Amino acid sequence: MSVLDNREEATKMVTDYLQKKLKNKTKFYLNDFYKVFPDDKPRQVKKFVNSLVTDGVLEYWSSGSTTMYGLKGAGKQHASEGEE
Amino acid sequence: MAKHDTPLLDQLESGPWPSFVSDLKRQAEIRAKNEEGVEFQIPADSCDDLLGILELSFKHGRTHWKHGGIVGVFGYGGGVIGRYSDQPEMFPGVEAFHTMRVNQPAGKYYNTEYLRSIMKLWDFRGSGVTNMHGSTGDIILLGTTTPQLEEIFYELTHNLNQDLGGSGSNLRTPSDCLGSSRCEYSCYDTQALCHFLTNEYQDELHRPAFPYKFKFKFDGCPNCCVASIARADMSFIGTWKDQIRIDQDAVNKYVEKDPAYPANAGAHKGRDWGPFDIEKEVTDLCPTQCMKWDGKKLHIDDSNCTRCMHCINVMPRALKIGKETGCSILVGAKAPILDGAQMGSLLAPFVPVNPDNDYEEVTEIIESIWDWWMEEGKNRERLGELIMRQGFQKLLEVTGIDPMPQQVEHPRTNPYIFWKEEEVPGGFERDIKEYRKYHQR
Ligand code: SF4
Ligand code: SF4
Repeated sequence: MSVLDNREEATKMVTDYLQKKLKNKTKFYLNDFYKVFPDDKPRQVKKFVNSLVTDGVLEYWSSGSTTMYGLKGAGKQHASEGEE
Repeated sequence: MAKHDTPLLDQLESGPWPSFVSDLKRQAEIRAKNEEGVEFQIPADSCDDLLGILELSFKHGRTHWKHGGIVGVFGYGGGVIGRYSDQPEMFPGVEAFHTMRVNQPAGKYYNTEYLRSIMKLWDFRGSGVTNMHGSTGDIILLGTTTPQLEEIFYELTHNLNQDLGGSGSNLRTPSDCLGSSRCEYSCYDTQALCHFLTNEYQDELHRPAFPYKFKFKFDGCPNCCVASIARADMSFIGTWKDQIRIDQDAVNKYVEKDPAYPANAGAHKGRDWGPFDIEKEVTDLCPTQCMKWDGKKLHIDDSNCTRCMHCINVMPRALKIGKETGCSILVGAKAPILDGAQMGSLLAPFVPVNPDNDYEEVTEIIESIWDWWMEEGKNRERLGELIMRQGFQKLLEVTGIDPMPQQVEHPRTNPYIFWKEEEVPGGFERDIKEYRKYHQR
């Protein structure tokens, strides 16, 4: 059984991981989440991470060409340019 | 009267080409006059301020756009590209000036009613400025504010039967040539395949799925009208397996310069190119030299034909594509970002394009490539760069495609096919005593 099947547990693993890194960075690539779920297929992880955006736990940040993920409300929004 | 002086931009209008500056000025004026009485939902002077901020950027030699942030409407992770200006006081009309990508219909077929309704919506809720079409193929709507995004999306999806396209690390809007709907060269129904895959991969199109962008493009034949070979991570280019169909009588009509048989279907008629010479214009230009004209009959050695389309383009009434058609799949084309620009490399010379089994042969290759790239691709690494980094042989392994001569560009210059021990009978170990029986030291 994959840990992704336990939504609550898996969500906590994601938020814990992001909280821990919050000091250094607030925006993450999809790749980074593979490390949280090393035993799951990238496509499954992708589906789960995107569903966390729909749930409002995470949010997207995009430059137009690349998309990143962050905890909702964390880090720079459009108004600042890396000066917080 | 223009709101801002734009001497630097004005200069751009002086060249021989149609100018976007003139277009923007015209649109600014239309909005200022507003003869149709539109209740603009974003500032009426957004186009004036767009010109103003661009002029300032020229003056300063730096951009005044901050990019990033917003990605889409609720539930979508793409289709909207956020743009904010860093001079909102000087140019309030473009404080937020987001781009929306709208998925163009397959083959870019519109009726005027559709175009009018899109423009009506965009004049009302956006700047009225469009880019038809962006390099992904989308209809690009340039310039609106955040509160308008959901409203526009609702109208598009509920009343115009229209969806947003892809952006960011998503599958980008698939795009195709008009294919069999109008073109006799088409080797498969590009619109059907493009439409099918757009629906099949909705999740990848609307939500980020990959290390970076990923583009599909579909060309019905090697003439490559959407330039898939240069612009798509995966290009699907129509081809045929059997022989070019030759109508020898028609070939002779070209040679006799029958006016009903103009070379290149009359495409270059505007100038006198002298009499048609089949050897100079057709057989000598065949890139593989596989054609011969003996004065009466045209001969083609089809096993050496690379399907370049040249002869068919020159004599379309005499030569036709073969009957057993499908597509070639090429991978890895891209513009320069990490490495230089790359053209696609041939992966599968012939793949059947079969709607009856939901294009199984095509989707199998797509998904095996995605699995590999999602697992191994570095952030912001295009498929073409991963192929360079891990090798074409690795790509063959993950797709389960056997190495074949068509994948080799020039013999001995790109020898990326290496044997592995388990593929060699007897392995790499040898019995030195047995060897010495036949070979001296
Ligand atoms: S790519 Fe080929 S099939 Fe498609 S429109 Fe161009 S010539 Fe016709
Ligand atoms: S399609 Fe190109 S390669 Fe093939 S016979 Fe014609 S000119 Fe030669």
